[in-house]
Amino acid sequence: MDKDLILLGHGSGGKLSHQLLDDLIIPALSAIPVSGQNDAALVEHDGRRLAFTTDSYVVDPIFFPGGNIGDLAINGTINDLAMMGATPLCLSVGLIMEEGFSRKELASILASMRKAADLAGVRIVTGDTKVVPRGKVDRIYINTSGIGVFAHDLQINGCRAEEGDKVIISGTIGDHGIAILAAREGLDLETGIESDSAALNGLVLELLKEGDAIHVLRDPTRGGVATTLKEIAVQSRVTIQLQEAELPFKAAVKGVCAVLGLDPLHVANEGKLLAIVAAEAAERLLARMHNHPLGAEAAIIGTVTGVSGGRVQLETVVGGLRAVDMLAGEQLPRIC
Amino acid sequence: MNYLDEFRNREVVTGLAGRIRQLTTGRSEPMTFMEVCGTHTMAICQYGIRSLLPPRLRLISGPGCPVCVTPNGYLDHAVACCRLPDVIIATFGDMMRVPGSSTSLMEERARGADIRVVYSPLDAVALAAKHPGKRVIFLGVGFETTAPAIAGSILAAAGEGLANFFVLGAHKTIPIPMAVLAADPELRIDGFICPAHVSAIIGAEAYRFLAEEYHIPCVVTGFEPVDIMQGVEMLARQVLAGESRVEIQYSRVVKWEGNKKAREVLARVFSPCDADWRGIGIIPGSGLEINAAYAAFDAAKAIPVEVEETREHEGCLCGEILKGKVSPADCPLFGTLCTPEAPVGACMVSSEGTCAAAHKYGR
Repeated sequence: MDKDLILLGHGSGGKLSHQLLDDLIIPALSAIPVSGQNDAALVEHDGRRLAFTTDSYVVDPIFFPGGNIGDLAINGTINDLAMMGATPLCLSVGLIMEEGFSRKELASILASMRKAADLAGVRIVTGDTKVVPRGKVDRIYINTSGIGVFAHDLQINGCRAEEGDKVIISGTIGDHGIAILAAREGLDLETGIESDSAALNGLVLELLKEGDAIHVLRDPTRGGVATTLKEIAVQSRVTIQLQEAELPFKAAVKGVCAVLGLDPLHVANEGKLLAIVAAEAAERLLARMHNHPLGAEAAIIGTVTGVSGGRVQLETVVGGLRAVDMLAGEQLPRIC
Repeated sequence: MNYLDEFRNREVVTGLAGRIRQLTTGRSEPMTFMEVCGTHTMAICQYGIRSLLPPRLRLISGPGCPVCVTPNGYLDHAVACCRLPDVIIATFGDMMRVPGSSTSLMEERARGADIRVVYSPLDAVALAAKHPGKRVIFLGVGFETTAPAIAGSILAAAGEGLANFFVLGAHKTIPIPMAVLAADPELRIDGFICPAHVSAIIGAEAYRFLAEEYHIPCVVTGFEPVDIMQGVEMLARQVLAGESRVEIQYSRVVKWEGNKKAREVLARVFSPCDADWRGIGIIPGSGLEINAAYAAFDAAKAIPVEVEETREHEGCLCGEILKGKVSPADCPLFGTLCTPEAPVGACMVSSEGTCAAAHKYGR
């Protein structure tokens, strides 16, 4: 393999992405240890904690069932802050547009962004706008960055999973990725699958009422539930065992994945969170999720079983045992 | 009946596991069953089937992944085509990362070649219709399940009068190689888990010669966990009774005579030819080539191109893996120099590859 080429897989969120980050990007720019690689960075200043994150959105198509590139960009960055347990404070918006892009479409995207930010109670305070010649970007790319503050001292971090902890997912798995695939490929699926893009900061506020029982929060975006849990298993140096029978799916998503040979555990989600919590608080947290509109289909899907190696396993629906691994290359490009 | 859930019923699978254990308790000799279908390879790993079977009962994988059994020369030919001006390569997804002698389609795309992933060969025909100034070459790799669809796409292109649609074919048929493996003294196969959807086309009858001449039990088995466990039980019963017959476990889809219509379409466009199988070599009559009547659609004949000299990768044991003689964990490159992100051989990167399955599900 030609090592000089940047491949699509390097942007997929899976193994190749991690290799690029670990081998080139992180050493060049800073030196964040693996235990420090979370959805947002924690910055200490003058004795105060801040969360800071950035994300770029290149999703294709830019309008899809359940949303568009704009509200995706707002919700995604709000979620990265919320996954640290931070209260999102404000956002920036960077727009890079192709010459010839539709002003009407831009207006529609901006309106969605405003609506999403207002719904989440977060202000957009600064931004930047660039236009490049036709053909140099694909219609529009958006970058959003966000700052969050902390109303508590809880340490919610990918390295905090402990043996005995329970793994909870806030709802059905794989909706966003399949909605994008169907829209992009023009798959006439009659499924009605929509992206689940949503801001999770309200749901997280509810969960934080259980305090220190919450060890890890992360939203399973690119690379899916499998990649996210594998990252956490490695960071925390634990083994996580999932129960396939407990994984919640919309029937249509399961069906599309079966037909196309996709593993739904590798499909992106944009409005769901994984919570790894102390066992004794699991049922209470599940109840809090069920009482919130974004957590109605939440389920306990697994347990942290052992302290070793950074592995994820799955007990299959028929009682067999198999390994769950990170997405290797690119399953579906430009998913977010 | 909900075919997905009923055939994934945990109680039924547990019951079958118990029956298989009971059946085989008395027997000290191991039993080895080979599957020859990439979808079986994946399903067995995906459901953790091996963890449900007694240790003396071994399931091994044969040359059931059509991408894996295609030697590097084919990939090199596809790469040479993608570098021609005005060519669009249309391919199923898992060909993208397969390593050829020096590069892969994925790398060529990163270098600017027009290579598109399609889900059906008819998508490639549509591409040709949409881009009359380009030559669209569909990479036709598969067994008897995909060949009729590819034959159909050539007929569709002919019907539309398209002059810019081509197929670069590497189609293969499965029963003859099964006989080669059955006769291999090193392998000692006690039974074949016969492919499901290939059999829907060719019929269970296609395996009769294996049972009668080579005395190997054959059970045509579906892909769901209940199917696989039941197929294994049926094979075990035959072995213990000293029988060798062809049985159909996958009766809801497979008939003795198969799908006559599909085979007619196949015969209109394809004829048997010799084929080169990675690890096994040339097996006479085990491939399918495009008939002279449709030569205009055969990329190998219609599009002259210079192909680099083919090299197989040193240390790559795909050939032995595909014969079931070596398991992935025994390959010194497995998981170290050969990974899904940086594969040395096709077995690690194809969606139906034995090493890909072991890497993804088996550790």
